[in-house]
Amino acid sequence: MTIALRNADVFAAEDLPLLCVRGLTRTYGTRIGCAEVDLDVWPGEVLAIVGESGSGKSTLLNCISARLEPTSGTVCYRMRDGEMRDLYRLQEAERRLLLRTDWGFVHQNPADGLRMTVSAGANVGERLMAVGDRHYGRIRETATDWLGRVEISADRIDDQPRAFSGGMRQRLQIARNLVTGPRLVFMDEPTGGLDVSVQARLLDLLRGLVNDLGLAVIIVTHDLAVARLLSHRMIVMKDGNVIEHGLTDRLLDDPQAPYTQLLVSSILQV
Amino acid sequence: MNAMSRNATYNFAYLDEQTKRMIRRAILKAIAIPGYQVPFASREMPMPYGWGTGGVQVTAAILGPDDVLKVIDQGADDTTNAVSIRKFFERVAGIETTTHTAEATIIQTRHRIPEAPLAEGQVLVYQVPIPEPLRFLEPRETETRKMHALEEYGLMHVKLYEDIAKNGHIATTYAYPVKVEGRYVMDPSPTPKFDNPKMHMSAALQLFGAGREKRIYALPPHTEVVSLDFEDHPFEVQRFDRPCALCGAEQVYLDEIVLDDRGGRMFVCSDTDHCETRRAEGHRGELGGELSGEAK
Repeated sequence: MTIALRNADVFAAEDLPLLCVRGLTRTYGTRIGCAEVDLDVWPGEVLAIVGESGSGKSTLLNCISARLEPTSGTVCYRMRDGEMRDLYRLQEAERRLLLRTDWGFVHQNPADGLRMTVSAGANVGERLMAVGDRHYGRIRETATDWLGRVEISADRIDDQPRAFSGGMRQRLQIARNLVTGPRLVFMDEPTGGLDVSVQARLLDLLRGLVNDLGLAVIIVTHDLAVARLLSHRMIVMKDGNVIEHGLTDRLLDDPQAPYTQLLVSSILQV
Repeated sequence: MNAMSRNATYNFAYLDEQTKRMIRRAILKAIAIPGYQVPFASREMPMPYGWGTGGVQVTAAILGPDDVLKVIDQGADDTTNAVSIRKFFERVAGIETTTHTAEATIIQTRHRIPEAPLAEGQVLVYQVPIPEPLRFLEPRETETRKMHALEEYGLMHVKLYEDIAKNGHIATTYAYPVKVEGRYVMDPSPTPKFDNPKMHMSAALQLFGAGREKRIYALPPHTEVVSLDFEDHPFEVQRFDRPCALCGAEQVYLDEIVLDDRGGRMFVCSDTDHCETRRAEGHRGELGGELSGEAK
C-alpha cells in the first residue's frame, strides 16, 4: 500500500516522507499482532489509526515508535540532517535520544508518561535538562510558558501531577512531550477515559497545537469522532491487517470496505 | 598491638584469601573506571547491614600487617561504630590503630572526610548504604544501569530542580551527587556536602564499599570531582556563623551539642581528632576552658 494522498498545505513545506514503514509484521508466537503494514507519514500530517480493540493498533504504534521490535519489516525515519535511518539499526543511545528530543509519546494513562512524584514544572523541564539545559531560571520560564499553552495556570507549577485532574494530567503530559519541539508525536488514545466536555477541550487544544507547531502526529483511537476532528488521513485496521486507508473525510463519508461501513454506521447519534 | 596478640583462629583480617582477592579485583576495576559501580560478591560479616559491612570488607581486602588504621563515625573516633570496627581489626589482624589522621595509612569512615588534608599514600574507605545516585528517581536497576552506560543524567537535575522549586535553593545537604572525571555521576555516600570539595583532586585514594548493595566504586588520587548544580544556582557548602566552641576552629564542619533543657547548646568540631590536635596546640574556643591569649 503506497499512499500518494497528501494534505495540500503540507505539500509545499516538504516533499519527502518523515516516516516510512514497509512490510511491518509483528507476531506473538503464532498469533498475529499486525501483518505486512506499509505506511508513510509526511511532516505536518496527522494520521489516525482506527479499529476495534484487538485489531493491532497498539502493536503497530509500539512497533513504529521504537518501543517494540517488529518480527519483520522496516521502520525508517528522516533524521534532522535529512538522512533516512532504519530505527532498529540505530545505536540504543541514538534511539533513546530521538525518543526524548525529536519524538513525543502521549500515553492513554497520563501516569505512564508523567513522573507522578515530581512537580509539574520538573515534569515539563525534564526533557530540557536531559538535553543539557543547566539554567534553572530559563527552564522554569519555559515550563511556565508551556503550562500556559496547555491551559494550566502558572500557580500550579510546583504541584505534583497527582494533585491534578485527569484532563489536566493529560494536558501536562502533552506539554512535557512538546517542550523540546519534536517533529513527530505518537498518541495512544489521548482522550480515553475523559468525559466528553474535557475531551472536547483537549481535542481543541491538540488541534491548535498541531496546526501552530506543524507537528506530524500518529494517533491511535477507537473513537471515530476524534479521528474526524484531528486527522488528515486514516487507516482502518482489523485482525492485524490494514483494510482501508484514505483521506479522513472521504473514508468516513464514503467507506468502501464492508468492515469500515459497519464501523462508521455503528457510531451512536445523539 | 603486635601480630602476636591477634586471634589466630581467624585468617589475617577475618576474610579468607580467596575472598580478599575477589574484592581486590573489584577494587582494581573500580579504580580503573573512576565513579563506576563494580558489582562484587559481598560476604556476610559479623555485624548487621548498615553498620559498615561494605567498608569493612574493603578495609579487610587492602589491609597489610604494616598498616595503621583509623576509623571514624561522623567524624568521631570514639563512637560505638568506630570503636568496635577498630577493635575488630585489632583482634583479627593484629594491626596498629590510631586516632590521628596524619599517622593512619587507612582511614575507614562513615560520613565524614577528616579536616586535615590527606596525603599521598593514604587510603580513605567509605561505608556506603545506597551506592546508586539515581535510585530514588528511578527504581529499576536495569534502567539506572542503562542510564549510566548512556550518560543520561538529566534526571539528577530534575531532583535539584525540585529542591529549588520547593525551598528556593538546593536543599540537598548530604549525599550530594557529583560527576567524576566528566563521566559517571556518583553518590559520595551520605557525607555532608561540606566535604564534597575535599574529594576533588584529593592526593589520597578513595574507596567506597556498599555491603548490602554489593557494589564497590573508587576515586583514584587526583581525580576531578564536580558537584552538580545549575548555572544560576551554583553549588555551595554549608557555612557556620561561629567557630568551634572548644578549639575555636573556623571553616570546619560543626556538630550541635545540647547542653541543658533550657536551650543551651554548643557547636563543636565534628572531627574529634582535628579538635584535639588544635587544643593540644593551645587553641581555645569560648567554652574550651582557660581562655589563653592564643585563642581567637
